[in-house]
Amino acid sequence: MAFENLSEKISRIFKKLRGQARLSESNMDEMLKEIRIALLEADVNYKVVKEFINNIKEKAIGEEVLTKLNPSQMITKIVHEELESLLGGGENEIQYQPNRPTIILLVGLQGSGKTTTAGKLAYLMSRKLNKKVLLAAGDVYRPAAIDQLKQIAKSIGVPVFEKGTNISPVQIAIEAKKEAFDNHYDVLIIDTAGRIAIDEELMNELNEIKNEISPDEILLVVDAMSGQDAVNVANAFNDLLSLTGVIMTKLDGDARGGAALSIRHMTGVPIKFSGVGEKVSDLDVFHADRMADRILGMGDVMTLVEKVQEEIDEKEAKKAANKMLSGKFDLNDMLEQMRQVKKLGSLGGLMKLIPGMPKITPEQLAIAEKEMVNFEIIINSMTPDERHDPSLFNYSRKIRVANGCGKQVSDVNRVLKKYESSKEMMKKMEQYKKSGKLPPGMGGLGGMGF
Amino acid sequence: MGLISFLKEKFSKKQTEDIDTYSEGMSKSRQNFSTKLNSLSKKYKKVNQEYFEELEEILIESDVGVKLTLKIIEDVLLESKEKHITDADEINEILIDHMFKGYMDKGESNTDVVFQENGPTVLLVVGVNGVGKTTTIAKLAKRYKDQGKSILLVAADTFRAGACEQLQIWADRLNVGIVTGPYNSDPSSVAYEGMAKAKNENIDLVIVDVAGRLQNKQYLMDELSKMKRVISKVIPDAPHETFLIIDATTGQNGVVQAKAFAEVTNLTGVVITKMDGTSKGGIILAIRDELGVPVRFIGLGEKMEDLKEFDLESYIYGLCVEK
Repeated sequence: MAFENLSEKISRIFKKLRGQARLSESNMDEMLKEIRIALLEADVNYKVVKEFINNIKEKAIGEEVLTKLNPSQMITKIVHEELESLLGGGENEIQYQPNRPTIILLVGLQGSGKTTTAGKLAYLMSRKLNKKVLLAAGDVYRPAAIDQLKQIAKSIGVPVFEKGTNISPVQIAIEAKKEAFDNHYDVLIIDTAGRIAIDEELMNELNEIKNEISPDEILLVVDAMSGQDAVNVANAFNDLLSLTGVIMTKLDGDARGGAALSIRHMTGVPIKFSGVGEKVSDLDVFHADRMADRILGMGDVMTLVEKVQEEIDEKEAKKAANKMLSGKFDLNDMLEQMRQVKKLGSLGGLMKLIPGMPKITPEQLAIAEKEMVNFEIIINSMTPDERHDPSLFNYSRKIRVANGCGKQVSDVNRVLKKYESSKEMMKKMEQYKKSGKLPPGMGGLGGMGF
Repeated sequence: MGLISFLKEKFSKKQTEDIDTYSEGMSKSRQNFSTKLNSLSKKYKKVNQEYFEELEEILIESDVGVKLTLKIIEDVLLESKEKHITDADEINEILIDHMFKGYMDKGESNTDVVFQENGPTVLLVVGVNGVGKTTTIAKLAKRYKDQGKSILLVAADTFRAGACEQLQIWADRLNVGIVTGPYNSDPSSVAYEGMAKAKNENIDLVIVDVAGRLQNKQYLMDELSKMKRVISKVIPDAPHETFLIIDATTGQNGVVQAKAFAEVTNLTGVVITKMDGTSKGGIILAIRDELGVPVRFIGLGEKMEDLKEFDLESYIYGLCVEK
């Protein structure tokens, strides 16, 4: 996930400071130098970094609450505030038109992810906001771009307006707008051809589209992996089109996405969404404060909570929770619990949202995900009685189950052991709950055991 | 003589079509890079600490990366002190020498695809999403078809919607063979089929397009290792070449990408695409510095002929010399 390395770095720098009683000019200089390098390595624009560092320095020196906070906490607070103000502000919600279709034009460089994002936006608006959405295929240049949009649209059940490739993109936009008005769509999302920002011909074409159809939103799609030039690109688009927002894509990669911060700062255009995965549902509304948390390695708890609420069947979850707490937690419940977790998407994406868990390697995650699959297979090979009462298991039952699913007895043992430890953890949770405290390291997903 | 003077002299004698493509394609990058350098030397005449800070800014804004930038600046500072140079123009020449010295120090390397004496040569093309893999494959296919090689494309990107169709369109346009699989099918089985076909028909060059992947997705990287194994089952020693495609706009994550792909494949080269934008492509220096992987081809425009063998001198000339 973005900023992982940056947050690791900053926390390492903070650790250095931890032993020191107060903030002196010299130890602060060293830390600022490290933060500067970390930000530059994260592709934050040179000028933005300079300003950022100066601001931090000024604020840190002006700060007088040295008694309450230790130096590390103080700098954390200042860096956090500064990052948040760098990232946030501005109108970052889409303004929907009440009486006519809202027209959204997606623009961006080649390969930034416009077509995929068009699909994700359509999904978000039709599925979560109950809007009637029309997609328009305006990329008539790239081979198969229209096919790509059609495939995505089909998978989410949204219609695509397309006229093949023998038509000008301007004409497509005009006709799509008419279609959207005639058939009372709530939203029209227009995908356009990628460009290199300074290709005049294509830029003029975009301008013409803008003048012809007056879109309500013009959103620039930006790859989180972009380097220093991203600011120039965003400026070029913004100067010509007056952007209303930015969508950052590929934030599920390990790029630190610093360029996107720079764009926000240098152009003043707000970041509205972030693309966080390959699935069509992997588009999040952008939250500056949460992103700042993430930069500082505090985890993105709110996003996790929202994700959990959205995907987990609340009744099922409650049922399982009650069972767990009353000690009647059986293997069926554990299986159900694992399925719920699976619904949330890959464990990798999830783990990174949980604070205090930054040290999991992709290999470990892959193993954990595989293990979940294995557990499911093994539990499915048990009889209903066994699932309900795991204490029934003796050696011969274990052999039967192992043979039934092509695993070893040791694999079956692992499932049972995991079950015992989950149950144990549940009991502890209950005690902690009564005492009003949570055990360390256990957020809302305690007991999942992964 | 500084590198720039040398190149000016060299290319003034020998204006080739290639150097024109470089010069043309990199004109926007040059505007940002050499124009800044020049205006800097006009501003300062004599250099001081501030001047070096501004140089640092120019390098970092070219995506060279902090680590390498600091190293280059230190070297320039050292040389200028040793030789008592304070003239800004001269310092700029030294800077450019040092920028590319590291690249050259790692030795000469092939740029053209190295063909096997017997049987098909297999080229695996990898990269993250959206860098221009498929287009680059089409350009490479055209290049070698024009050289009289028989070509087979293998569309092992069964994941991205429209990917197979995109390659299919190119195959039709170029009139070369292609093996595809159904959407969401196992890419390794498509690769297997492709290898078998290439072997039977004794194809000269097989180019395998794999799904764009973010290098931190373990399961996708695992899939790539599997594909590599499947390929070498049919054609031992294959893939013979593995190119990582990198977008010129890529920032420091490019180094992370190169490292990750080098772990699961035997990376033999980098192809840098979209150099005709405003980006300077400094990431290739950082990758060379960290991993030693050479750049093999460079994409200087949208036309099929705009993919050129990478030539460092032409690159520097394109980046620094106003015609």
